[in-house]
Amino acid sequence: MNRVVITGMGIYSCIGKNRDEVRDSLYHGRSGIVLDPARKEFGYRSGLTGFVERPNLKGLLDRRARIMLPEQGEYAYMATMEALKQAGMDADYISRQEVGILYGNDSSAKPVIEAIDIIRQKKDTMLVGSGSVFQTMNSTVTMNLATIFKLKGVNFTISAACASGSHAVGLGYHFIRTGLQDCVITGGAQEINYLSMGNFDALSAFSVHESDPQKASRPFDRDRDGLIPSGGAATLVLESLDSARERGAVILGEVIGYGFSSNGEHISNPTVDGPVRSLRRALQGAGLQPGEVDYINAHATSTPAGDASEARAICEVFGEQTIPVSSTKSMTGHECWMAGASEIVYSMLMMEHDFIAPNINFENPDEDSAKLNIVKTSITRNINVFLSNSFGFGGTNSSLIVRKWNKQTL
Amino acid sequence: MKEKDEIIGKINEFLVEEFEVDAAKISPPANLRAVLELDSLDYIDLVVVIENNFSFKVKPEDFANISTFQDFYDYIISRVNAKALA
Repeated sequence: MNRVVITGMGIYSCIGKNRDEVRDSLYHGRSGIVLDPARKEFGYRSGLTGFVERPNLKGLLDRRARIMLPEQGEYAYMATMEALKQAGMDADYISRQEVGILYGNDSSAKPVIEAIDIIRQKKDTMLVGSGSVFQTMNSTVTMNLATIFKLKGVNFTISAACASGSHAVGLGYHFIRTGLQDCVITGGAQEINYLSMGNFDALSAFSVHESDPQKASRPFDRDRDGLIPSGGAATLVLESLDSARERGAVILGEVIGYGFSSNGEHISNPTVDGPVRSLRRALQGAGLQPGEVDYINAHATSTPAGDASEARAICEVFGEQTIPVSSTKSMTGHECWMAGASEIVYSMLMMEHDFIAPNINFENPDEDSAKLNIVKTSITRNINVFLSNSFGFGGTNSSLIVRKWNKQTL
Repeated sequence: MKEKDEIIGKINEFLVEEFEVDAAKISPPANLRAVLELDSLDYIDLVVVIENNFSFKVKPEDFANISTFQDFYDYIISRVNAKALA
């Protein structure tokens, strides 16, 4: 089996448009949440959302490439450019290798709605233009990035609700581990627009603490009242150790465990057993005891039921008041299809810079979160191994474990 | 009936904007497909910009007889004027 290392990372999110900006936001506990009046006008119960400007790609991509890309594809392009640059992979290298792409994405609502509106109004399908179909499909991110970067390896999208990005990284890990690929671009992307989240808002799943948007996302806190939708994109370049060493690439970390499970119960109600099985599978795959994990980046989205179930699952596997835990969703909101990948990037930045980012707005624990060692303010900490959880509708669970790279691990 | 120069000016303006082509490369005898670097997908977008600017629908097969910018201008002008007379 090949060892799988991370050689490039890119991030475009509501707490920063590149690794440096995001690292600073994480360290200082900055929130990227705003109140969007357009959502209230449209009929949302909650107008809260993460927000980041769309990048201007004119001059970076030609017209043909740009009109194929939906909003989340633009974010994914920016994150992937940053990741490939850090990995030291240019167009010439990619043209000579079989580089793959596995990316998480589970909607492209805005282009679908806009196209249907045109057809309804004009009674002519052709007037949606040539880019529409390529923007509307769930696989829009992988089809576009594979074309833009001229990738020749594995190429498909993972749709697994809010665990999409995490499963994409996990599958990339397996493709390389088993020798099917030497290098896979992995990640997750999430659209941020008022057309994409109305039916999620319909479930009363979003926080309505609108009077203070930056305090509204409060995972594990006693007074949490729901999640806040957000988005952007995150990319991780995964590579076999042999490939990275052959290229002389700087190795940032090693993926050592991927756990997964399905709850086998309700479509939206969480369980404790499903996440426990995912956590244990990840630890077993990594060959680690629970006590060898230095930090847990929780999935915790700030919903009453979800956070409580995850707290119980962490407690069952790791014990009470042990490993430092934080949910970066307290700052970013819930980046949904992107979250599993972005939270690996966030944790990697913490590991690289020796700190644990805070679970902001954690003021009072409840019965379950009182049993966890939740980090309230940024702390200096050497992280050797971290674990990141992602759970999604339908009961899909994913847990990834990454170890710091140093020469001793060779 | 709209003035020909007004229509041609409008056509050149949206071609430069939509297809990001250098305005200096556009001239009546130049080849439309070559200058705009049109592929099969681009013809769909050409239909869309014509509809958005002149409010009539081009049948894709109409492009079969259009080779130069002059052909394209003549086609648009004839359709605009036919619409005005209708």
